[in-house]
Amino acid sequence: MFIAAAAAILVTMVMAIIRATKGPTFYDRVVAVNMFGTKSLLLIAVLGFLIERPEFLDIALVYALINFVGVIAVMKFFRYSHLGTPHAGDDLGDL
Amino acid sequence: MNPADIFIDIFLLLLMAAVAIAIVRSHLMFAVVMLSGIFSLLAAVLYVHLTAVDVAFTEAAVGAGVSTLLFLATLALTHVNVEEKHKPVRVVPLVIVTATGAMLIWGTLDMPHYGDPEAPANKHVAPRYIQESPKETGLPNMVTSVLASYRGYDTLGEVVVIFTAGAGVLVILGRSRRRRRPGVNDEDGDNLEEERA
Repeated sequence: MFIAAAAAILVTMVMAIIRATKGPTFYDRVVAVNMFGTKSLLLIAVLGFLIERPEFLDIALVYALINFVGVIAVMKFFRYSHLGTPHAGDDLGDL
Repeated sequence: MNPADIFIDIFLLLLMAAVAIAIVRSHLMFAVVMLSGIFSLLAAVLYVHLTAVDVAFTEAAVGAGVSTLLFLATLALTHVNVEEKHKPVRVVPLVIVTATGAMLIWGTLDMPHYGDPEAPANKHVAPRYIQESPKETGLPNMVTSVLASYRGYDTLGEVVVIFTAGAGVLVILGRSRRRRRPGVNDEDGDNLEEERA
């Protein structure tokens, strides 16, 4: 069953790569990368059960956090062209 | 390793090769950045499959996270969005690179297999660490005993490198911070910061 799940995740990974390659808009690519991150953490979780080390599940959770923060950072970058921290000229900025 | 594991490894490596080719052939810089993030994620999954979890974690955080952002920041600063047309393939460098790669692969052929208990790396000092490290160092954790005792000088060197890198970053950021504040001389700036702290 885990092998079937792993195979399905690998197929989905291929589809995400195709979407990230073809585009056409950059939202397609961002969503493709986000989805690819989700697929890779799912694959890590399934691999943990496949090679009988179920503690990989915790690692997959940490990957979910990294993926989430990373995509937020990319989107924020596109919205503001920087990471949204105050600028050096501000009174409260310059952190 | 069972056949499913080998299949997954080969499939992931093929995906990495496909992504690498897509990176080389893409004209759009943003697509290249996103694809390189995917490449890092694939590498991280491979590392996890090789049970090198710490390496995989670093790859995911640095390769897929921070360096993607650094690439995007560079794109925003340089305003270069589309790469120019590819030049025609040059034959001589291609031949040299292919030959070097073939020689490297040939060089790995007489290496021991992955996880081989008879490999020199597993015969040299590992048995002594396993048998003697609690007695010799008094540490219950074998990895800690290797890092902090047997390879203490190595760890010290690593810490020095990290400290130097951090100090360099602080020096660079501190300088640019002062330059960006026109009309305020250095003493005033320092006083302001002290008040804030």
